[in-house]
Amino acid sequence: MTRYLRYLVPLAVFMVLVAFLYRGLSLDPKRVPSPLVGKPMPEFSLPRLKDPAATLSNSDLMGKVSILNIWATWCVSCRAEHEVLLLLAKTGKVDIYGLNYKDERDKAQQWLAQLGDPYVANAFDADGRVGIDWGVYGAPETFITDRQGIIRHKHIGPLTVDALNNEILPLIAELQSTP
Amino acid sequence: MTPELGNFALILGLCMSLVLSIFPLIGSINNTPGWVALAKPAAFGQLFFVAISFAVLVAAFINNDFSVLYVAQNGNTQLPLLYKISAVWGAHEGSLLLWALILSSWTVAVALFSRALPPEIVARVLSVMGMVSIGFMSFLLFTSNPFDRVFPVPFEGGDLNPLLQDFGLAVHPPMLYMGYVGLSVAFSFAIAALIGGKLDAAWARWSRPWTMIAWVFLTIGITLGSWWAYYELGWGGWWFWDPVENASFMPWLAATALMHSLAVTEKRGAFKRWTVLLALTAFSLSLLGTFLVRSGVLTSVHSFAADPARGLFILVFLCIVIGGSLALYAWRAPNVSSGGGFDLLSRETLLLGNNLLLVVITAFILLGTLAPLIYDAMGWGKISVGFPWFTAMFVIFTPFLVIIMGIGPLARWKKQDPADIARQLRIALLLSVAAGVVMALPLFHEGNIWAGLAVMLSVWIVSSLVLSLRQRYRYRKGIAGMLRDLGSRGSGSYYGMVIAHLGVAFFIIGVTFVTQFDVEQDIRMSPGQTAELGGHTFRFDGAKVVQGPNYRADRGTIHVFKDDKEIAVLHPEKRTYTVQTKPMTEAGIDPGFTRDIYVSLGEALGGGDWSLRLYYKPFVRWIWLGGILIAIGGLLAASDKRYRMARVSSTAPAQATPKRFATEARS
Repeated sequence: MTRYLRYLVPLAVFMVLVAFLYRGLSLDPKRVPSPLVGKPMPEFSLPRLKDPAATLSNSDLMGKVSILNIWATWCVSCRAEHEVLLLLAKTGKVDIYGLNYKDERDKAQQWLAQLGDPYVANAFDADGRVGIDWGVYGAPETFITDRQGIIRHKHIGPLTVDALNNEILPLIAELQSTP
Repeated sequence: MTPELGNFALILGLCMSLVLSIFPLIGSINNTPGWVALAKPAAFGQLFFVAISFAVLVAAFINNDFSVLYVAQNGNTQLPLLYKISAVWGAHEGSLLLWALILSSWTVAVALFSRALPPEIVARVLSVMGMVSIGFMSFLLFTSNPFDRVFPVPFEGGDLNPLLQDFGLAVHPPMLYMGYVGLSVAFSFAIAALIGGKLDAAWARWSRPWTMIAWVFLTIGITLGSWWAYYELGWGGWWFWDPVENASFMPWLAATALMHSLAVTEKRGAFKRWTVLLALTAFSLSLLGTFLVRSGVLTSVHSFAADPARGLFILVFLCIVIGGSLALYAWRAPNVSSGGGFDLLSRETLLLGNNLLLVVITAFILLGTLAPLIYDAMGWGKISVGFPWFTAMFVIFTPFLVIIMGIGPLARWKKQDPADIARQLRIALLLSVAAGVVMALPLFHEGNIWAGLAVMLSVWIVSSLVLSLRQRYRYRKGIAGMLRDLGSRGSGSYYGMVIAHLGVAFFIIGVTFVTQFDVEQDIRMSPGQTAELGGHTFRFDGAKVVQGPNYRADRGTIHVFKDDKEIAVLHPEKRTYTVQTKPMTEAGIDPGFTRDIYVSLGEALGGGDWSLRLYYKPFVRWIWLGGILIAIGGLLAASDKRYRMARVSSTAPAQATPKRFATEARS
């Protein structure tokens, strides 16, 4: 019997490999967890998009559960997720702040006028400095911060309705229920 | 209308492969000559229809038919003709069609060049190839149809990725696919032999030239890819251990092992089960590579657009093809007789050592490639396995491989007297150790232990090859005898081996020297300014804008001086392609046998200043020279006269080589 079993080894090895490959199909290799999750959000203070004279800073996001969404008009996926952001804004459950990243002010304002504005306010990060502090490596990215200003979640890539229902909204509800 | 013709032809091609995979196989089992005879016409038919389909897609690119989605995504009116054609395989769908075309061509090649084989064997081999074909063609038709239309029709196409607009990359994929797909022949021969239960020397002899030709293509493809990465990516790297590169390297290693193992099976009738397993593995690894590249399970610089549905399709296909063949192996292999015995020290043992090392290296690469996936799947977090890991692994195993490579060609089949071979190799050992020590000690330059090791290994290979040639010289009674013998059976194999092994020696020197001794500098330069590097003086004469056919470029001018004598004027470019506005670097390279001077343009820093990268790369060409020699060696071996002999009796047992030539290297 063992004489025959030996010849099954290649098949068995292959089966193990297939199990991993199958699992791999549902994993996203590009999803690298942010080292910032669990840490206080980086400080920033930037001119607002609509009113350059006023500033938006990290203290504006404190004391409540907030969302910071990094976007730009040159980013195609941002357009794709815009609908989802509008949907989230409509629920009224959370304040969405925007970080307009490496963009042009006119274009960004035009974008919001045309597509609708889900944001409470936008910070205008023309040279991407603040983006670097937040570890942004490609728009769109979305952070959820809690009352204490601790980053609780980072979503890389466009938000989807699925992600909204299964990850974002439950997490917001949970964070809001804790003092 | 025409694109639908391509689609229709592809469907007919699929029908042909269905016929090919069913009837000849059944006919060969229940002895129905009429069904067996269907194999060849079906193979021709399959190629005919797939070729039409492919031609239609090429025509769509040449005629800028942007109503075809794939053409709209990857074509452009401004593309030069060569790149319009190479754009056909520039992305997922078209490259799969090329794959199908190449598979059909290999199938026809087997049909044409196997007249000497028993028809039922050919029928089985072609049937198995037809089955593989079914997989790829249904993959095309059901998940990745290159003929899908788009409406409204765009005015202009999305253009071929600028990285791919290069001659090296226009020919690199076809070469690589020829290799990947070519391994399906050895695979099909193995399956056919397992079905028939006849794993003998004749089977090994039939499989061997096909394996070697596929391996040659794979070698050329990988070498081209490496050379392209070097001059196109702008930082002078030539290998990255990227998953996709590993996906091509693993089948190459397995095929290398297979070729050597087939030699034993052919000459001595030994290692049959092992050889057949290697034949299955080599092609399985090329299928696995396809999966890794196209499913998006791993991040890679070259991956195609990831699509889980496609991933799942290939995975199911892998399960059927690889799982099925390994199951067949588990069922049939126990009944295969063992071949002739051999002593602890014999050429068989050395080839077995070679095989084990190559397989272990392959396994490590597979592990390293899949480690990120395995970690992620097990919830152990994210890791990336990079350069140092793979390099360390290679540095550990290569020396053993090379030591065996030196002894193998001199050893006798079956039984080798240790004292005798030690006496023969004494001088090679002495020479290589001496050369290595000289290189490692700081006598003429800064001592470098790795360079010492590399020189030692290379001298070992070369000197043992010289010993082997001397032995042949004696047996053939001088140069005249050797020349007369050139066209004889076995001499192609022999000289092929010599050249390929020589290639390995070049490769080792190239890799080690460029890794150990290259010098590089990132520098800001104003026009007229000079910089020193690697004993050369570089003078930057500024950059100006030039207009290409479909790009705009900043073109720098750098004069290179050695000892106050100008030796080269280099023009590195930074191109911006008009459609996909990606910046691309074109390095300025002054190639040389013992060194390359390599300059690439960084960023414009204002006021005519540029950031520049200067490299001095000693012996870097030896890497590709090694690759070319290895390919030439393979080609020579595949052209050996004994593979062109008339009908080989499939019942003849493997004969040991006649006593008189027993010590000659003929593998």
